[in-house]
Amino acid sequence: MKKIRTKKNLEEYRKRIKKENSKFKKIVTICGGTGCHAYNCEQVKQKLRKELVKNGLLKKVALKVSGCHGFCENGPIVTIRPENIFYQRVSEKDVPEIMEKSILKNKIVEHLLYEDPVSRQKVTYLEEIPFYKSQKRLLLGKNGLIEPDKIEDYIVQGGYGALVKVLKLPAQKIIEIIKASGLRGRGGGGFPTGRKWEFCRNTEGEIKYVICNCDEGDPGAYMDRSLLEGNPHSVIEGMIIGAFAIGSNQGYIYVRHEYPLACRNAQIAIRQARKLGLLGKNILGSGFNFDIQIAKGGGAFVCGESTALIASLEGRMGEPRDKQHLHTTESGLWGKPTNINNVETWANVPLIINNGPEWFYQIGNENSKGTKIFSLVGKVQNTGLVEVPMGTTLREIIFEIGGGILNGKKFKAVQTGGPSGGCVPADSLDLPVDYEQLNAAGSMMGSGGMIVMDEDTCMVDVAKYFLNFLKEESCGKCLPCREGIKRMLEIVTDISEGRGKEDTLDLLEELSAVVTDTSLCGLGKTAANPVLSTLRYFRDEYENHIKEKKCPAGVCVPLLRYEILADCCKGCGACIKICPYNAISGKPKEIHIINQDICAKCGSCKTICKFNAVQLQ
Amino acid sequence: MIVFDTTLTIDGIKVNGKKGETILEVAKRYGINIPTLCFVENLPSYGACRLCVVEISKGKNPPILSASCTYDIQEGLVVNTKSERVVKARKILAELLVASAPNVKIAQDIAARCGVKEVRFKMEDNRCVLCGICVRMCHEQMGGEALGFVGRGIERKIQMPFNKRPKECLLCRGCEFVCPAMEIPCQGVKIPGELCGRCLRMDEMPYCCTLGSFGCSCDHNPLASSSK
Amino acid sequence: METTAINPSAKLRIDTERRRSVNCILKNYKDSKSNLISILQDIQEKFSYLPTETLEEVAKKLNLKLIDVYGVATFYKSLRLSPQGKHNITLCLGTACHVRASAKILDEIQSQLGIGPGSTTENRELTFNTVNCLGVCAIGPVVVIDGKYYGRMTPIKTREMLSKYLKKKNFSNKATEKR
Repeated sequence: MKKIRTKKNLEEYRKRIKKENSKFKKIVTICGGTGCHAYNCEQVKQKLRKELVKNGLLKKVALKVSGCHGFCENGPIVTIRPENIFYQRVSEKDVPEIMEKSILKNKIVEHLLYEDPVSRQKVTYLEEIPFYKSQKRLLLGKNGLIEPDKIEDYIVQGGYGALVKVLKLPAQKIIEIIKASGLRGRGGGGFPTGRKWEFCRNTEGEIKYVICNCDEGDPGAYMDRSLLEGNPHSVIEGMIIGAFAIGSNQGYIYVRHEYPLACRNAQIAIRQARKLGLLGKNILGSGFNFDIQIAKGGGAFVCGESTALIASLEGRMGEPRDKQHLHTTESGLWGKPTNINNVETWANVPLIINNGPEWFYQIGNENSKGTKIFSLVGKVQNTGLVEVPMGTTLREIIFEIGGGILNGKKFKAVQTGGPSGGCVPADSLDLPVDYEQLNAAGSMMGSGGMIVMDEDTCMVDVAKYFLNFLKEESCGKCLPCREGIKRMLEIVTDISEGRGKEDTLDLLEELSAVVTDTSLCGLGKTAANPVLSTLRYFRDEYENHIKEKKCPAGVCVPLLRYEILADCCKGCGACIKICPYNAISGKPKEIHIINQDICAKCGSCKTICKFNAVQLQ
Repeated sequence: MIVFDTTLTIDGIKVNGKKGETILEVAKRYGINIPTLCFVENLPSYGACRLCVVEISKGKNPPILSASCTYDIQEGLVVNTKSERVVKARKILAELLVASAPNVKIAQDIAARCGVKEVRFKMEDNRCVLCGICVRMCHEQMGGEALGFVGRGIERKIQMPFNKRPKECLLCRGCEFVCPAMEIPCQGVKIPGELCGRCLRMDEMPYCCTLGSFGCSCDHNPLASSSK
Repeated sequence: METTAINPSAKLRIDTERRRSVNCILKNYKDSKSNLISILQDIQEKFSYLPTETLEEVAKKLNLKLIDVYGVATFYKSLRLSPQGKHNITLCLGTACHVRASAKILDEIQSQLGIGPGSTTENRELTFNTVNCLGVCAIGPVVVIDGKYYGRMTPIKTREMLSKYLKKKNFSNKATEKR
């Protein structure tokens, strides 16, 4: 393959691929995201390939494995273009039918279509599904069209066009464009990206670095992974543009080791870009040199913090540095000016260059521009990745796109921002989602996890969960974070196990304030947020645990007591069979009894009982 | 002669300092007392214990708490070392410290000085307060680089690799010398009627750490049986 | 694996072999110090854990102090200093899985295998781990057995699946003894 040296080269290349692609009459795309992988998309693909071979269609129908489509709830997903038919929950045995009806003829396989749970209507096309209809998929939209390990697919979609544009501009002009677009860091802090770039550019120094932060440690968030996995070139293009503007020649993509597919796809993408001359020496004949290396994280949440990430990149323990007031744009990797941005931020850059800053500026609301990807998970109907303009309300996201709560339960709260964020209660559902509003509500944007909780979720337990997470993830360097989180967890555990006292909540609040105030890095400074926000909105639940020794949601095990209602029990024996602890006794057709001394409160009996005889007291 | 080029305010007093100095250093020079644990003169500051937090106002930004041992002075900073917020934070930090290591003398001293009267957390019995002074001493001053932090979070410990004395260890005992938590009687190998003489017989010492006194929980540590 | 029963010459042979493979891995990295984590991960992939002598070799070749390498090896969760079982079961305890009751699945797996998270069965066949998020939140709670993902698990489903799996692999375990 020849290297691309000029704009003309790139266009010729694009035309050539287009021509090659035009011989395909149909394109069948299977979603290859990790969610769909879990649903055996690989077998579906193998079967499809076999069927294509059998019908001699390999040269007429293209078979693609794309990145995540976002609608992971209903995987594996198969789409057929140009008609744009959207099949969901496809299994191996459905393949012959798809082949016969949709590929050989232009018919539709009814039972694989998405069914609107409200209207009970079948939906044929992707854009018409309510989950997708209300979204604005600027970043994720291309995931379905691109095979992540084929640079050709990205280039056909107009890829690297922004890079060509940029290389002719003076660096300051590029920074002005990014500043004018109003793009803010998507990793959670929301710092204006253009200004960060400017700081880094203006810091003196021969060597500068750009880093893409894909250490997505927030449990419950996976949008960065899906972007890097599904469309790695958009991130790489953004990084090249940023590096050109800042004056850097070396970039790093820092990926969690839990994301092997993202590592692999990014690695392949970098290799392909190098081959085409889009990375390396003298990019597109401009004289600008830039290369990217992948660095795998070792599994530490704290490495999402920029100085800890740098320590990790330098091959040390991921401890944040003590001089927190010194910004990484002044002194970062190896003491050189370093610009760290999140995956999503980088992926936005080519879009802004291509469409102009004004276009980007008018999406979103007053202070927050553009779109944001959220991973909508938990007790919600349509789990998956959701991309909406900033300022969309929580209600729209959870109820319109997410389809409401699972099993018709009542919505209780939504947790945003991961372990550093907080819970937003039901009466704030009309809150527009942007950086400032979420902060004011005691939570934060974070990288975009959105965990929906219903009436069966205990807020004390949620606080306990996050403290437990942070206790393990704290690096242990500073006293307030190491000892403080441990003590907060002790207190919350006491409450959840019925040992809380009247003044416990005061101590908890006092301690939370100090941990927030005095911790060394961002992890500790925000560690108390899950506690503070649940205390703010759900204080009555804490008090219930302390005063009445009851867990209203039925989660905190030591406060529970399962009993069999004599009126309802038919003596069927199902509960006796299922109980892993042999705690239930009773003769057939007679009322069964739970031995409270043995019962471990696992709740298996309640789940299995057909007569609703097992009740929580 | 030292050239002072930066002026800032600490507790209402205008003070002068030189670029690159930290707030703690300037405050010390002016006789303003800030409690510390992990700070030792002539070793690089580390910012782990956070006991030296002060309230810092910069321009119009709302005041923040930050450790004074790592904060470089800047022109026009307004620092408060005795505000209510600082005193309260310090007191809780001291309480956290003494709750984790109640039998360490320095932890008790700090708690008393910060006005801790009761400890509301469950008492533990750690011997090491993880101030890291020994690690810095070993690495920066002695050039031994034998000791280090191991593990993370609540599992964090100061250890030698694989709990064995590596060849880098010079047996200089600098670590023992600087340890603020080490006020314990001599634990050497004694022969009746003689002075312990362990300094002459270092080779007989348990090999996990120079003196088996580093809060490690191996069998050789005379303190280990009570901790953990 | 590393039992004391091995005679000294055999141990020496294993040592030299391990050191040699470490050197092979090191050749793949030019800017070595900053790739320490990746290097350790590669070594771990080969040996399923980080044997002592490999760390010593890495420290020697990269001109690092042993304590620095050891510190990194104990800091990161993906790195292990003790051998793993041949098969592994991983349970996701991410937030999304947690609100869908993954804690109950944890109890179930523990009682089935008789070991807690992070440990290996005595016969070195099975290792059970928990992770904080696998990033497949949409289909939680998730259990991964030997690299295969199982979504939407419930305690009952887990029990059935585990006993089937254990039977297939011919492991004796507490649960089969019980019933």
